[in-house]
Amino acid sequence: MKQVFKKPESLKDVQTHFCPGCHHGTIHRLVAEAMDEFGVQQHTIGVASVGCSVFLYGYFDIDVVESPHGRAAAVATGVKRAKPDSFVFTYQGDGDLAAIGTAEIIHAANRGEDITVIFVNNTTYGMTGGQMAPTTLLGQRTSTSPYGRNKSKDGAPIRMAELLSQLEGVAFSARVAVDSPRNLMDAKKQIKKAFRYQVEGKGFSFIEALSACPTNWGMNPLSANARVGAEMCDYFKPGVYKNVENL
Amino acid sequence: MAAIEAGCRYYFGYPITPQSDIPEYLSRELPKLGGEFIQAESEIASINMLLGASATGVRAMTSSSSPGISLKQEGISYMAGSELPGVIVNISRSGPGLGGIDASQADYFQAVKGGGHGGYHIVVLAPASVQELYDLTMLAFDLADNYRMPAMVLGDSVVGQMKEALVANRRPDTKLPPKDWAVRGRGGGEQRVVKSLFLGDGELEAHNWRLHAKYQELKERETRWEEFMVADARLLVTAFGSTARIVKTAVMMAREAGLKVGLLRPVTLFPFPEKALQRATQQCKKVLDIELNTGQMVEDVRLCVARDAEVNFYGRPPGAGSLPTPEELLEQIRKHY
Repeated sequence: MKQVFKKPESLKDVQTHFCPGCHHGTIHRLVAEAMDEFGVQQHTIGVASVGCSVFLYGYFDIDVVESPHGRAAAVATGVKRAKPDSFVFTYQGDGDLAAIGTAEIIHAANRGEDITVIFVNNTTYGMTGGQMAPTTLLGQRTSTSPYGRNKSKDGAPIRMAELLSQLEGVAFSARVAVDSPRNLMDAKKQIKKAFRYQVEGKGFSFIEALSACPTNWGMNPLSANARVGAEMCDYFKPGVYKNVENL
Repeated sequence: MAAIEAGCRYYFGYPITPQSDIPEYLSRELPKLGGEFIQAESEIASINMLLGASATGVRAMTSSSSPGISLKQEGISYMAGSELPGVIVNISRSGPGLGGIDASQADYFQAVKGGGHGGYHIVVLAPASVQELYDLTMLAFDLADNYRMPAMVLGDSVVGQMKEALVANRRPDTKLPPKDWAVRGRGGGEQRVVKSLFLGDGELEAHNWRLHAKYQELKERETRWEEFMVADARLLVTAFGSTARIVKTAVMMAREAGLKVGLLRPVTLFPFPEKALQRATQQCKKVLDIELNTGQMVEDVRLCVARDAEVNFYGRPPGAGSLPTPEELLEQIRKHY
């Protein structure tokens, strides 16, 4: 019988700690599939960040360096410069990348480091208990915005895929959603493109993945999934914002 | 020069006075050797680039001065927790805050007591001359690799800006353990992970005890100090770094005046020469500690001297014109003799 579906080689055969309905597992799988298809698992060095994503090394069967909160792009810069033949990616959440790590991500992108960044945007700090993130939507209630995010007080949510696309060093910047089969297919396509650009040495590649955090949103998995496709996609428009091949 | 001789090909830093000569020199020299120089966006980014490069097993370094070193503390703590080698040169300046750029020894506490969070130590070497700055920088790379921990070369603007004759010694032929922990991309081998997070039952406690044991081993095997005219001394002066140079002159002046004075200069601030101080103060019951601050190393001196020894302190807090003269120190020696 022909096998049509299996666990990617790049993932370990273990259970994850992620909550029901969380998309981290889905994104892990997409990244691992892309890794398998490019045959890069054996020379990949992953950079784990702080947050729910820190256990990267528990799920991916690859070498991993754990970074301080927000500094993954700087750590990845050191790794890649010291080992230019390795395949290097960071996997970061929205608090990590778009708040405390803003300087690191902007300058790594601007230097055009040959790394790939997987940015998981779920509009909240997951691991610390659902506080307001730089990507929290206006009006969204979190444990530190109990009256809803207020534009005049908290500013508007940051659109990282668009922001980074302005920088010369960025070869590829795209936003995907992982809420439906169709969007998953597209997400996989964009992740593979981002990986290909690194393999070809084209520069910095960036994937923003819109995803759900049912636990901290106070929603069940289905309605949280629906929120990704509705409210989130409405403000954070999926699409390719920079592609050097089209310039 | 010493870093290059030691095989370091990766430098990550950010400009700050009075250490900018280091990045300027390495930005010129490293590319010629196939190395990498990155002027990072911040001190925080540069220490984390060092963390990443060190995790792959290469020799790498950063340098800065006091306020910049404060920013690096997060990364230094992570490197200590992840047991990563790496050299940090601190050509310190005066503080607190923006302070000034004058010579200062006010960062002793920060360097030797674990300046970041979590309870750790790093190797701290205190050169008193250009020659030592060179030799100790090479030693820092060896100690860092041997003990898998960050090593700091702690100088000040006097030793960092001084012009002196230098013998460009060759890299010592030290036998070092293989870096079988470094990430490299599995390549068919076992997964390697460089991390400082330990959540399993008892894991973190065991990790901390292991780090502690390493610090004890370092104390036993790597403590270095200089003794000058200590054998018959009635008064023992303790000082480190460039200040010890001025003290040495004052000690010689005291000897000429017939006073039995000696100098004990810690070369490694961590590990601190506890036993040497204990030994020296078995005979010599009076100690005068001299520093360019309001009293930091003196706390360690008090902890280490023989029980009945009397420890006095003379300090000059950092600031313009605050370098003491040999005559001024001789007067202090007479006062406490």
